[in-house]
Formats: sequence, C-alpha cells, structure tokens
Amino acid sequence: MAFQRKLVAGLISLLGIMLSSGLHAAADMNMRPGVTETSIAAYDLHMMVIWVMVWVSVAVFGAMIYSFIFHRKSKHPVPATFSHSTKVEFIWTIIPIIILIYLTIPAIKLLIKMEDASDSEMSVQVTGSQWKWHYKYLDQDISFYSNLSTPPEQYEDFDHQGTDKGENYLLEVDNMVVLPINTKIRFLVTADDVIHSWWVPEIAVKKDAIPGFINETWTNIPTPGIYRGQCTELCGKNHGFMPIVIKAVSKADFTAWVDTKNAEKKAAADAAAAAAAASWDMDKLMALGETTYKSTCAGCHGVTGEGIQGLFPALKGSPIATGPVAAHMGIVVHGPSSKKMPAFGAVLTDAQLAAVITYERNAWGNSTGDMVQPSDIQAFKAGN
Amino acid sequence: MSDHHPTGIKRWLFTTNHKDIGTMYLWFSFVMFLTGGAMAMVIRAELYQPGLQFVEPAFFNQMTTMHGLIMVFGAVMPSMVGLANWLIPMQIGAPDMALPRMNNWSFWILPFAFTMLLSSLFMEGGAPNFGWTFYAPLSTTYAPPSTDFFIFGVHMMGISSIMGAINVIVTVFNMRAPGMTLMKMPLFVWTWLITAFLLIMVMPVLAGAVTMMLTDRHFGTSFFDAAGGGDPVMFQHIFWFFGHPEVYIMILPAFGVVSEIIPAFSRKKLFGYSSMVYATASIALLSFIVWAHHMFATGMPVAGELFFMIATMLIAVPTGVKIFNWVATMWQGSLTFETPMLFSISFVILFTIGGFSGVMLAMAPVDFQYHDTYFVVAHFHYVLFPGAIFGTTAAVYFWLPKWTGKMYNETLGKIHFWMSMVFVNLTFFPMHFSGLAGMPRRIPDYNMMFAEFNMWASIGAFGLGLTQIFFLVTIIMAIRNGKKAEDKQWDGATGLEWDALPSPVPYHTFATPPKVD
Repeated sequence: MAFQRKLVAGLISLLGIMLSSGLHAAADMNMRPGVTETSIAAYDLHMMVIWVMVWVSVAVFGAMIYSFIFHRKSKHPVPATFSHSTKVEFIWTIIPIIILIYLTIPAIKLLIKMEDASDSEMSVQVTGSQWKWHYKYLDQDISFYSNLSTPPEQYEDFDHQGTDKGENYLLEVDNMVVLPINTKIRFLVTADDVIHSWWVPEIAVKKDAIPGFINETWTNIPTPGIYRGQCTELCGKNHGFMPIVIKAVSKADFTAWVDTKNAEKKAAADAAAAAAAASWDMDKLMALGETTYKSTCAGCHGVTGEGIQGLFPALKGSPIATGPVAAHMGIVVHGPSSKKMPAFGAVLTDAQLAAVITYERNAWGNSTGDMVQPSDIQAFKAGN
Repeated sequence: MSDHHPTGIKRWLFTTNHKDIGTMYLWFSFVMFLTGGAMAMVIRAELYQPGLQFVEPAFFNQMTTMHGLIMVFGAVMPSMVGLANWLIPMQIGAPDMALPRMNNWSFWILPFAFTMLLSSLFMEGGAPNFGWTFYAPLSTTYAPPSTDFFIFGVHMMGISSIMGAINVIVTVFNMRAPGMTLMKMPLFVWTWLITAFLLIMVMPVLAGAVTMMLTDRHFGTSFFDAAGGGDPVMFQHIFWFFGHPEVYIMILPAFGVVSEIIPAFSRKKLFGYSSMVYATASIALLSFIVWAHHMFATGMPVAGELFFMIATMLIAVPTGVKIFNWVATMWQGSLTFETPMLFSISFVILFTIGGFSGVMLAMAPVDFQYHDTYFVVAHFHYVLFPGAIFGTTAAVYFWLPKWTGKMYNETLGKIHFWMSMVFVNLTFFPMHFSGLAGMPRRIPDYNMMFAEFNMWASIGAFGLGLTQIFFLVTIIMAIRNGKKAEDKQWDGATGLEWDALPSPVPYHTFATPPKVD
C-alpha cells in the first residue's frame, strides 16, 4: 500500500538523520577503550561480541527478509508443509553452543585477571556516603573527602532560563584522587550508609561500595591524565551528583603531591588547634557555619533549613535546633539514634562543628542567640 | 440462554466468567500502562536536556521507581493474565477456569493493591524512591515512611499472581477436552503453564524479601544490616532469585502469542512444536540458576562470577532455538502482513536485539562497563517493550475479532504498528549509545556528552506516549463500530477458538466439551 511505502521511507530517512547526527559524535557512540590493559581487553571483548552479533543478525534477519520478499502470499501462494527437521534443529542448537564457547574462553581469562588484586604496590580505601566519596591512602596516611564541585546554579534551571555549563559539568570534584602511574593500586571499596558503586570507565573498574563489607579491586594506569566517572548504584536523592575524578601522575609527581598533602595536613591540624583554642565571635561563627552548612548539611536539610517533609527533618524551628544545646551537639557529633544521619564528630573540625551548630541555632529565624565555641565541642567530646 | 449474563456493575464485581475477568485484567493493565507511561513522560521530560528543569531529584527517583513497579506488576503481568483468562479455556476446550471464584478474587485484589501503591505518591516523604529493585538498606533504614504501603501492595500483588498461577495450572491439568493431550495444546497454553510454575516458585520469595524489609524497618531485625550481623547483598540474592525468573514470567506468554500468530499468517504449521515446548521449559529451568548475573559488581568470588556468567550464556541456546523456529515457520510459507503479524515479526527482530545485548551483559568482564548504565536500560526495554508489550498488542489485534465479533480498522492498525516501531527504536536505541558512552542509569541530570542521545530518546518517548492514545482510539473504534468479524477471521488460524466457536464468542462456551482428534 502507498501509505505503507511512505512510512517505510519516512522510517529510513529518520534513521538516516539519527545516524548522521550520531556520526559527528561517533567517538561517543561506542564504549571507550580506556587506558589500562584491562580496560582495553574489555573493549576488545566488547567489539568481538558486537561483531559476532552483527554476523548472527545478518544470517537470521537476512533469512527473515528473504522470506518476507520471496515467500509472501503474492509470490508464494502455496505454503510448504514441512514442520520439523531433526537434522536442522540439531545444527542450530550446536552452532550457538560453539559461538558461545568461542566468546566464553577469552571472557574467563580476562575475568580471572581482573579479579586478581594480589601483589599490589599501594592501597586506597574508597568509602561512599550520601553523596560524596572519601579516599584514604593507607600507605601514605592521607585522607580526604571528594565532593561535586559543579555549583547548583549550573544545574538548577527550574525557571527554564538555561544555564552556562562547564565542560566537565557534573563530572568535576573539589579533591581529585591523585594516583601514580605504572603502579598496581588496590582499592578497598566500602560505604558508610547505603550501597554506592565506584566506577571509572577509562580504567574499567566498577565495584559496589557496600556498608559493612569491603570489596577489593585494582588498577594499573600506564598514562598520566584525568579520568572521570560516577556513582552507578542508586543511593538516594543526589545519586547523580557524586562523581569520581582520578588524576594519574608520574611517580615523582605523586611523591611531591604526598609531601604537599602531608604539609597541608600539618598546617590544617595546627590551624584547627589554634582555632579551637581561640574564642570566636558571633559573626565569625556564623560565617564559617554557613559555609560548612552549605557544603555538608544542605544536601539533606536544604539551604533554607526546611528539609523535605517526611524524609529529611527541617531544622528551621525544630525542637533540636532551638532546644537544649547538648542534645543538638549530641546529634551532630555522634549522629541520631535512627542512624539515618552520619556522625560528624570525626568528619568536621571542632571549629567547624561549633560554627555549624551556632549557625543552625541562629539562621532562618532560629534566633536562640546561642553561641557554641570550639572549646565547648572539645568539652562535650571529652565528657562523652 | 448461552449469552445470559448479569448486567450493570454486579456483572463485573461478582463475575466468575473467565471472559469478563480476562477483559477486566486487560483494561486494568492498560490503565496501569498509561499511568506508568505518564511517569516515563516525566522522566523523559526531565532528561530532555542537561540541567534540572522540571522535577527535583527526590521526585525523579520516585518516578523511576513507580514507573518500574507499575509497568512490571501493573501493566505487563496483568495483561498476560488477562490473555490467559480469555484464551486458555477456549484453547483447551474448557467451559471456564477451574477455580472461577478465586479468579474473581485474584483480579479484584489488584485495584486495591495499586491504589495502595499509588497513594504513596501523596504521602509525607513521597512515594518509594529506591528503584523498582528496592535494594536494602536504601529501602529499609533510609526509605520514606510510605515504604510500608509499598510492602503491603507487593504482598497483595503477589497473592493475586499466585492465585492466578494456581488457577492456570489446575485448569490446564484438569479441564482439557477429551483428546487434547499435553503435546497437542497450543503453544500459548504451554508457555503459560510453564510461566505459572515460575510464578508459584518465585512470588513467595518476593513476599519473603518484602517481609524481611518490614521486620528490619519496624521490629528490630537486621537481615540486611551489617551492623546487626546481616548482609545487604543477601537482599540482592533474594530479590534476583525472584527477579530473574520474573523477566521470563513477563516474556514467556508473549513467546506463546507469537508462536500462534506467525504460523497463522505464514499459513504453515509452527516449525518444531516439540522443540518449542522443550526450549521454553529449558529457559524456565535455567532462569533459576542465573540470578547473580545482576550482581557481578557486588564483589562475588570469581568462581561464582564464572558460574553465573556461563549459566547465563547458556540461555542463549534455547532462546536461539525459538527464534530459528519462528524464522523456519515463515520460511516457504505464504506470508501476509496484517497488523498482528507485523507486531509479531518486529517482536522477533527487536527481541533478538535485546537478546544480543543480553549475551553481552552476561559476559562478566565487560559487564563491569555495562552494569548500571543506560546500556542495561536499553537492553531490558528492548525485551520488555517490543518483547512483552508488542506480544500483548499482537494478541489483542489477533483475537479482538474473536472476543468482540468486531474487526479493527486495518489501516489504523498498520499506522499504529509503524508508529510503535519508529518510536520504540527512537526511544530505546540511543540508550545503548549513552550507556556505552558512560551514562549511569537512574540519574536526573548528566554531562553534555550524553545530551544528543537523551534528546532523541525523549522525542521518541513522547511519540511512543502518543502512540498509546492512538492504540486506545483504534481499539475503541473497533469495539464500537468495527465491521462484523468472521467466525474464522484469519484463514491461516488454527485451534479450537477459531474452528469450534463463533465470533463473538458466546458468554458461555464448551458447556459440552468439543471433540479433539
């Protein structure tokens, strides 16, 4: 029928448009080979299966299309009467088995290699939590959190004005995982709250981060560069907003980075001690409190302290943020009894804890006038 | 006399008639299909371009969760039960299902179960937001209060499914007309019989999983909490022990449907009937030993990964047999391409594409790159939409003349087919690319490198949404003003429903069993 032919033509031209629009982005249409030996091996296996599937499609769909053309009623009015053939059925049971064996052998070899994390030269503990990653270099005694660094102004577009987005939109972090090249690095992956999954496509490493369990995986990156990935297990509200960024550097640069980090750590410890010893005024507490609140607490409790009804309690006007200070400090430092919120006692410095509690007690109309000093936090921790 | 039936609301509330119950199942599943589809429209609108334009991430997660739950439990499964109710008694020469009152109950549970599930959208904290796979502890410790409604909703759906499955098994084993031996049954009856066994095996496992969630949430147990000696991964083992057979529960009856339709429009007997039966049974048996291929990234021992990888790849063998048999049925037939045939052919082609990506996903070392990306979303939508849903659609066009005595408009049917074909591929094919390019699933926003594929997928999805309205109009027009259908509308069709019954079928059929030779 005419309309049918038109529809077919339309379908074909639509596919043509799709393909041509896809072609200039051709590099992005397929899996990227990545940079490590295993990621390249995984890519090769992927291409091998694709080609096998293409040839199987040609055979199966080819036979179907041949039937559509030559066995249609107008061309082939009297149907054949055969309805089984043991020989043919035997053959098309055996051929797929042979193809599968052909695919399985390299897959088995690669899998065994990928799961062998032995003889690693250094270990990094990766901990997922809602919604950031924590990295702890077990041999270098360095640890830090890695947060999304794309500002909310770039992704919140509810007024449909459009926003300017950077090249690495949603794939950029404040602290990259710096790793040395040509080193077998073991990752110990775990989580604090729900299940997350740590995935960096360019090195073909994906491992679930499971609370209470430690998973092991590894990589050995041959080329310096920046490799970006994301959390791949639904972990709540901001699952789409906890990227992973690896910066692979030469061994010498890595040593230099470790030294800088250690120096920074010492300076930070000194500064924290000094800050904790000092007495802070309200403005200073509120200023640090606001920064800390926005980076640490606003993800759940909201920038305006209103939370999400039924999921994340409001702090604005809440009995905890306006009630006794000790109970408030208890929840922030040790976490609530429900365990739905992590304990921040070891995550934030005493000054940050004091500031954020002060902020929560005085922002958004919670005008308690209470000031919590870093020394109060120290005393509270000591008292418990 | 044979057409006597009660009228008004009581006809539907108290009916024990398999045809009425089948009709209610089919309409219910269509309503759920539109509901779940509306949620898909929200998801695709948000993903149309980078940035958050319409919904907050928290609501986005509720949409992906509810879309999955409603499509799986509300649209696909009940549509298959609806077809079973209509067709199994007619195809085996039985007057009705063996347990008609239970049949009524298993249907009427569903509207309540889904009202309960949907009501959670309006509760404080919102609807379940942890994905249709509801992995603990996101679905236990960290879940919204409405999770308890979800748990009881799942329990009710499970009870409904188990009763439906018992009914099918009892009917097939006890109600066949004299001479209708097991190996003479139409393939649709066979696939449903096997599906019913799968349902009885795995729905109680799902019930166990949600009950453990309930006690973890409220009664101090720690099945899925490592801090109390439990294991979150155990949840996934239990869930997928249900979940993998579940995917065959959704597809096997569709296999049965196309195994009826392709021979009819090829005017040739189904090639390899007995190997089709054995292949279906093998797929069902294998489905119990492959569940952990959904869990390669959880840190299983390598021996476990190897076992589940190889067992999964084995499924390609019986599935291949089925596809080759369908092709061989068409080979040297005398083909015509009416709407049911078009849907069945595209079922075979697009399901095969879904099968290919299935083999790719089964290969553990590469699965680390595919797992939890849009590649997986593309894969399971290829087996579910052009698979299960095209199968049901083909069945509706094929048997509508028998059910209602009215013919649909062939031109509208073909337009519906081509719209479906274009938009299904436009929606789901680009998802392969965005997945391979590295886009994780279940995220509300993404980097610009995925923008083009998402835009195409969204355009396709809006078209696919409109297509369903077109389908509804086509069907209603057929029921209201369709041309009168012949008793044997399709010259190549075989089976008791075509050879021994008029169109439309009377309210009561086979009060005395037909003779089968």
